[in-house]
Amino acid sequence: MKLIIRIETWEKVKADMLEQIRLLLNDYTFQVVALGTGFLGLLSGVIGTYATLRKESLLGDALSHAALPGIGIGFILIQRKELSVLMLGAIISGLIATVIIQTMSRKTVVKLDSALSLILSSFFGLGLVILTSIQNNPNAQQAGLSNFIFGQASAMLRSNVQLIGLTGLVLLVLVALFWKEFKVFTFDPMFGRTLGFSSKIVESLLSTMIVVTIILGLESVGVILISALLTGPSVAARQWTNRLSLVMLLAAGIGFVSGVTGTFISSMGARIPTGPSIVVVVSMFVFLSLFISPGRGILARHMAYRKRQKVFMKQIRSLEE
Amino acid sequence: MDDKQAISIEHLTVAYDARPVLWNITTGFKEGRLTAIIGPNGAGKSTLIKSVLNFLQPITGTVAFSIQNEQNVPYKKIKNKVAYVPQNTSVDWDFPATVLDVVLMGRYGHLGWLKRPGKRDKDLSKQMLLKVGLPTFASRQISQLSGGQRQRVFLARALAQEADIYIMDEPLSGVDMKTERIIMKLLKKLVEQGKTVIVVHHDLQTVEDYFDDVVFINREVIAQGPVQEAFTQGNIDETYHQDRNLGEGEG
Repeated sequence: MKLIIRIETWEKVKADMLEQIRLLLNDYTFQVVALGTGFLGLLSGVIGTYATLRKESLLGDALSHAALPGIGIGFILIQRKELSVLMLGAIISGLIATVIIQTMSRKTVVKLDSALSLILSSFFGLGLVILTSIQNNPNAQQAGLSNFIFGQASAMLRSNVQLIGLTGLVLLVLVALFWKEFKVFTFDPMFGRTLGFSSKIVESLLSTMIVVTIILGLESVGVILISALLTGPSVAARQWTNRLSLVMLLAAGIGFVSGVTGTFISSMGARIPTGPSIVVVVSMFVFLSLFISPGRGILARHMAYRKRQKVFMKQIRSLEE
Repeated sequence: MDDKQAISIEHLTVAYDARPVLWNITTGFKEGRLTAIIGPNGAGKSTLIKSVLNFLQPITGTVAFSIQNEQNVPYKKIKNKVAYVPQNTSVDWDFPATVLDVVLMGRYGHLGWLKRPGKRDKDLSKQMLLKVGLPTFASRQISQLSGGQRQRVFLARALAQEADIYIMDEPLSGVDMKTERIIMKLLKKLVEQGKTVIVVHHDLQTVEDYFDDVVFINREVIAQGPVQEAFTQGNIDETYHQDRNLGEGEG
């Protein structure tokens, strides 16, 4: 008797959940936001492939953390949550941090990894201080400013999604146009320079594209976790294929699915931040890929090793007989 | 002997900080000759190459190039006629690319901005792979190559540039005897075709067998000329002697 009731409740819960999911999927706001984060993930997958191959993932991490004080200062200056101003502030403070990091390590006063973590945390700390002091002020406009820390995709407006879509499209066209230049400068920048291509143009274009991608994702994914969205998809994709174009395509797919799924998870419960949800999904792809991918995967390598061991053992035994 | 210089360097001085790495280098690399740049570690061999290729801004001095119909022009003007082979440790070989992808990069300079390599470029690149003895490697992933194979892939990439001047940074370091012979045979063939080949070299044992000319460098040019004349015990001692002070004598 008790069991039957339990099953009935379970059935009801399940039906409720399915109904909730159905409602969510049909919800216009959710569709807009999911499209936005999905496209953001796609873009991060593509551009992030360059970042990881150029070993600049950490620089992206530092840059995004360092964007926070710029967002706060941008808000203080105009006292409004005008996205373009906040993004401009983010870019400026991110660039200042990058310049400081590079000068510190180039003058060899501080090693690059120390400079990165030092500047990353100090800028982020400054950003938190500024944001907290803004929140203590009685300005109703500041609501939602803290979304920039962990990301809240539901704050995304249709215009934001359009901005992501349009900017993203420009970036993708640039990738297609400068495919061979980006490829050679990612693999062997010294050699690229001897071919007559201006390294200034190619490298600053590449860096700008990485910066723009990070800035685009700040509001929905947050400054702390955007770099995971930038690196995760390409790291996972690299496990499955040895061709740059396929790595990029696959990374785009993983990024898209992660963006949409993460937004879905975050919309299911109240006040679940989008950034962490997306990053958790990306991480699943990464761990799964590291583990089960053929050839490069841990499991495949282990099995190949075992097989070799067996073959050698057999050979040795047959020699002994 | 043809005395025409493919590259002439005058009063070149390079310094990263207070201490010059290269001091008042005046030398030249003759057209159609195989020249070795010899010197101890830290003598500035790689720095010399890098300043010739404009990677570094020298404090003073000029580098001028001369090829068939261009005389005494700066590097910028004939970039596509100069092929550079960096040390193969300078790149990440886990990069997702095939051997053919890398060799094709040698064609990029001729294609210029935005244009993609076509069938002709691919055929030429495959030919170059045949020349370096890796004809079946075109679709092989570059992470699967041995040290010697990597060096040969880099050489094939340089060959695909169809340049007049080839500048190589230690192409024989870390390769086995078989690869060394393949590479040297190819370089000799290039020289026979009238190309100029400049090699940073570290193995004094093989200089006499392999090269036409030699330039001894230890911050300054110590000696230079055809191997038969310049490759003497006296010059070797003079070049390598400062190294034995462990860098303390000079200041």
